[in-house]
Amino acid sequence: MKRLLPLTAIFMLILSACGREDLSTLNPQGPVAETQYDLMKLSIGIMTLVVVVVFAICIYVLIKFRRRKGDKTIPKQVEGNHTLEIIWTVIPLVLLLILGVPTIQHVFGLAKDYSDDKSAVHVKVTAHQYWWEFEYTDYGITTAQELIVPTDKKIQFDLTAADVKHSFWIPAIGGKMDTNPGMTNNMYLEFPNEGVFRGKCAELCGPSHALMDFKAKAVSSDSFDRWVSAMKAPAVMPADPEIAETFNAQCLSCHAVGEKGGNSAPNLTGIGGRQTVAGILFNSDVVADPEKEDKTTAENLHDWIADPQKVKPGNTMPQVDLTPEQIDGIAKYLAGYKLDY
Amino acid sequence: MSAHAHEHKVKRYTGLMDWLTTVDHKKIGILYMIAGLFFFLIGGLEAILIRVQLMEPNNDFVSADTFNELITMHGTTMIFLAAMPLLFALMNAVIPLQIGARDVAFPFLNSLGFWTFFFGGLLLNLSWFASAVPDAGWTSYVPLASNTYSSGHGVDYYVIGLQIAGIGTLLGGINFMATIINMRAPGMSFMRMPMFTWAIFITSALIVFAFPVLTVGLVALMFDRLFEANFFEAGNGGNEVLWEHIFWVFGHPEVYILIMPAFGIISEIVSTFSRKRLFGYSSMVFATVLIAFLGFMVWAHHMFTVGLGPVANALFSIATMLIAVPTGVKIFNWLFTLWGGSIRFTTASLFAIGFIPTFVMGGVTGVMLASAPADFQYHDSYFVVAHFHYVIVGGLIFGIFAGLHYWWPKMFGRMLNEGLGKITFWTFFTGFHLTFFVQHFLGLLGMPRRVFTYLPNQGFDTMNMISTIGAFLMGIGTIAFLLNVFITWAKPRNAAADAWEDGRTLEWTIPSPPPEYNFKQTPLVRGYDAWWKEKMDGNKEMTPAEPVGPIHMPSPSIIPLVMSIGLFIAGYGFMYDNLIVGGVGLLITLGGMFFRSVFDDHGFHIEPEDQDKGVHA
Repeated sequence: MKRLLPLTAIFMLILSACGREDLSTLNPQGPVAETQYDLMKLSIGIMTLVVVVVFAICIYVLIKFRRRKGDKTIPKQVEGNHTLEIIWTVIPLVLLLILGVPTIQHVFGLAKDYSDDKSAVHVKVTAHQYWWEFEYTDYGITTAQELIVPTDKKIQFDLTAADVKHSFWIPAIGGKMDTNPGMTNNMYLEFPNEGVFRGKCAELCGPSHALMDFKAKAVSSDSFDRWVSAMKAPAVMPADPEIAETFNAQCLSCHAVGEKGGNSAPNLTGIGGRQTVAGILFNSDVVADPEKEDKTTAENLHDWIADPQKVKPGNTMPQVDLTPEQIDGIAKYLAGYKLDY
Repeated sequence: MSAHAHEHKVKRYTGLMDWLTTVDHKKIGILYMIAGLFFFLIGGLEAILIRVQLMEPNNDFVSADTFNELITMHGTTMIFLAAMPLLFALMNAVIPLQIGARDVAFPFLNSLGFWTFFFGGLLLNLSWFASAVPDAGWTSYVPLASNTYSSGHGVDYYVIGLQIAGIGTLLGGINFMATIINMRAPGMSFMRMPMFTWAIFITSALIVFAFPVLTVGLVALMFDRLFEANFFEAGNGGNEVLWEHIFWVFGHPEVYILIMPAFGIISEIVSTFSRKRLFGYSSMVFATVLIAFLGFMVWAHHMFTVGLGPVANALFSIATMLIAVPTGVKIFNWLFTLWGGSIRFTTASLFAIGFIPTFVMGGVTGVMLASAPADFQYHDSYFVVAHFHYVIVGGLIFGIFAGLHYWWPKMFGRMLNEGLGKITFWTFFTGFHLTFFVQHFLGLLGMPRRVFTYLPNQGFDTMNMISTIGAFLMGIGTIAFLLNVFITWAKPRNAAADAWEDGRTLEWTIPSPPPEYNFKQTPLVRGYDAWWKEKMDGNKEMTPAEPVGPIHMPSPSIIPLVMSIGLFIAGYGFMYDNLIVGGVGLLITLGGMFFRSVFDDHGFHIEPEDQDKGVHA
């Protein structure tokens, strides 16, 4: 046993040290991910034990019983050994019991439904090729790509898809749940720590599956309330009447800002404050720790509007017929559209 | 014996026609092997392209569309067109010999099975030339695989190609079940069957129960795609989760169809090269049966995140974990077969011994995945990719390599070069662990599977690079194997009957390669490890169970090939909405069936005086 301890310790060290705080399942940032991480640690522990035992026997056998040159002896032909066979049936059963009990407990624990709980925030998630729509049914507001949640409440998600099957996953906060077209799944998560967490689509959904990221931003409850009121405030239209005209005619047939526009494409209210454009282009002027390849919000919006297919192949945003000045104007306007919360 | 009374005029072919018309299980085994290796190389090339794309973040080596085509074709090809036929190759080459039979129960069906598989696989892969490649994943989940979201012909190639190839697999399953039940040599009771035969028997039963489910699923998907049915269209009252259930009710047993034969191969090799009887034979048999049975009860563990609810998730969690127990029994039985033995390290035994710890690693991550709440994190991440490659490559492919090296002298009469073999093993083994071990951690760090690229600074870069290097090393291992095959080809056929000297089962009692009738006289089996028992009793050969006499053989036939070509043409016709071509294809197939049914063919006999002529047939 003594020899196993350092091995297990090293393994655990590797495990606990790895990964981004806003992304890794090994760095849980909420009770749901925490529970799952505990279960992962338990199972990894048991399984490491099994692997070590098998490896030890295997290596011992290979060294001890290798055939020496010219060895013609016939080993004793053993049929079996009941005691041994019972041992290696019973011990795995016991190990599985140790893993099985908490498994069952958490299967039911994590399936709790807060749909009727007035104190929870209810979010209806609709997955589209390749973006995420978040509708706050309690407040009558809708946003896209960046989920805003308060730190002090449970968040109850109703998950569905508008086209193909996707899967909703915020690794640092909790495991995933599929969004099935024509059906609704339920899941709750908690975000006790303020911060922005990376969300992913985990089910193959087409060419841009890899790019179907979103963000979950956890804020204090006061801040959340301010955000809700800001979302409900009347839309801020571009100051330049010509850009406003173009924006209204070209963009608002599908997109929405405030009370204006359609709902078949991502809601753009407050888009200037979001970390990313299209979920995947990081905005160097918004993210706290920009990477050197990141561009500003206005630049990213410009790239996106100019050629959406280049950023996200197969997405449904059309390449709208706009002059470079118009693209520029719209990008600048949207980049400046920030909510105060 | 009125020997000459049996004589019939039967046309015997040589050269290419011999291979196209053969119904000999040994030759069909070789055909399966060549086709399987061919598709294995295609699937491997696709894997290399996938790994090159993922070598570094934001790479643009291939486009997003091409990447999805590559992963779909890699998975589909490796499972259905590489792994399955390579297993069928070993089944065909070995099973009749191991049970002391002269051929399989239905030689004509055997040939038909091969050709339908081959033309199904060909059809699927021709999609590359039609620029309409399936791209919805090897699972082809709807609605992504439906007409609405995959409007080209890509998924049609998947549906129809697999449907045709699936016929071949089903026929093979039926055939081997019948063969093992009915054609064992006198004295070989069920509990005296070699472990590989047991494994194939159980595998065949799994095929017979699981493949019809796939057939039904594919028919439904085909109706949705070609004739606008609504099995899976949520908008019209269908249900996409239904496809997932159908797919995995087939798909999970399929995993065991793949791994069971490997279990059998490992059992044979471990026992032979440690000169010891398989430890706990009866518990091995029982464990195999139990794994197969439980294999049908656990499909929903692929669907924990679908939203089936806590009761279903809890039940399927526990059922899945239970499989670990019989699997553990097998692992320890292998280790204790080696214990106290006299272990010889050949390429075959290295692959078999390498299999044991590798498969254990794949097995334990399987148990981890079985815990539904934790699976919410693992599911559809690279952790799963690592897990199933550990069991499929580390399990099945290691098993196939072990089996090919082990039975190569029996199949071809030539020993593969051991030096090159060991290079194959060490590069493939090291490359494998390099490629897939780090992928566990990629998944845990939050990398979803089936992504064509990833952003930098997420902690994924280094491990993806390591993984790609490993993939190239596996490629080198495969090339070393091919080199070995070609070099061996030029060597004289001089392998002894008992090529490894420590053979235990009936295939080692007859020449390498065996004559076309296998056994001149059906052997009498006096116990488990029949040949070993005779050797230990000081006998130089098996006791015959019958006198020398004319041997009844099935006639070669071109009809299986013709029928399969008919199905191939029909598949194309229906896919491109050309009913005339489709009809012609079906007519060819039905015509073949008609000829087969109307014209009796009683085969022919090989007379005793001719029996020694064709020993190296």
